[in-house]
Amino acid sequence: MNKERHVLLVYPHPDDESFGKAGSVALYTQAGTPVTLICGTLGELGRNMGKPTFANRETLPYIRKKELEEACRVLGIDDLRLLGLRDKTVEFEDPEWVADKIEAVIRDVKPSLLMTYYPKHGVHPDHDALSHAAVIAVKRLPKEERPVIYGSAVTHDARAVLGPPDVTYDVSSVLDTKLAAMRAHKSQFEAMFAQMEEQMAKSPEARQQVEANMSKEYFWIYRIDD
Amino acid sequence: MQPISVDVVQTKLSEFLNQEVYLHLETTNGAYAAHRFGQPMAVCAYIRNGKVQFERATIAGDKPYRVGLKMADGWIYAQGLTDFEVDAKGRLLLAGHDEEGRLAVSLQLSRTPFPMSVLDEEGV
Repeated sequence: MNKERHVLLVYPHPDDESFGKAGSVALYTQAGTPVTLICGTLGELGRNMGKPTFANRETLPYIRKKELEEACRVLGIDDLRLLGLRDKTVEFEDPEWVADKIEAVIRDVKPSLLMTYYPKHGVHPDHDALSHAAVIAVKRLPKEERPVIYGSAVTHDARAVLGPPDVTYDVSSVLDTKLAAMRAHKSQFEAMFAQMEEQMAKSPEARQQVEANMSKEYFWIYRIDD
Repeated sequence: MQPISVDVVQTKLSEFLNQEVYLHLETTNGAYAAHRFGQPMAVCAYIRNGKVQFERATIAGDKPYRVGLKMADGWIYAQGLTDFEVDAKGRLLLAGHDEEGRLAVSLQLSRTPFPMSVLDEEGV
């Protein structure tokens, strides 16, 4: 993995930084790279309330904020910036206004690498809206100051449209840290972990398969033309 | 939250009659319904802090429950409600959870606006 000066993560929801990316983040922080996380919303409208449910619509943002702080602690992210946007509404905001907020952080921490969803391949409208705003913010910088953009493409047709990922990280050495970061998002992932453990208990081969899937993280470099 | 008690919810609903109250009304099958859960599409609608006034409020059904709020010029309706809570701020929170504990529908009433961002609150 390339040595980075500073990594900036730009995601709209608590848990986006962990799901499919936490291993890479852990590799960076363990290498001594400072990591800043911009989290756009507090996932106020998530439908997972824990299993059994322990959150409700009004307590969920408080709970998810604490979960996010715990995940940051696990991953060694010591700079968390909350934008205070609202879940599911990011695409309805003025993209330039959202980009202003991201640009301010970029100018502050001067990242060499920016990780976000790959524009139009984020599935969730908030993912696509925030990655779009991040690209606008990066475009405002002089070319020589622009961070490289690693995009997570999670659409089913990502590989057909974008080709194979540009970057594949083997995160097996930090798998425990990755799982701990995901588990920090208790309200969101408890049900998923229960399913996963059920799957892994079926056979040693099934366990190996799940671990193999979790051990690879994929990114596509988003290239800005101008 | 706890399983709906019809008497408690009915009493609480009646306390909100004939005054301007803030409504949160929502239904969702999840942002990834189509992507990961094989449904035709993700469906969600919500209103946060609709200012409403109603003259009749009734809970009906039996696990799950329905609530209808009759306004001078219309209706507010929610189906599939399973759980309730009256929180420390006196707000009535009603929700319907599926078998996995995921929220599918929510109807909430408050005399003060529901927060748009909890970051605006002190000490958060």
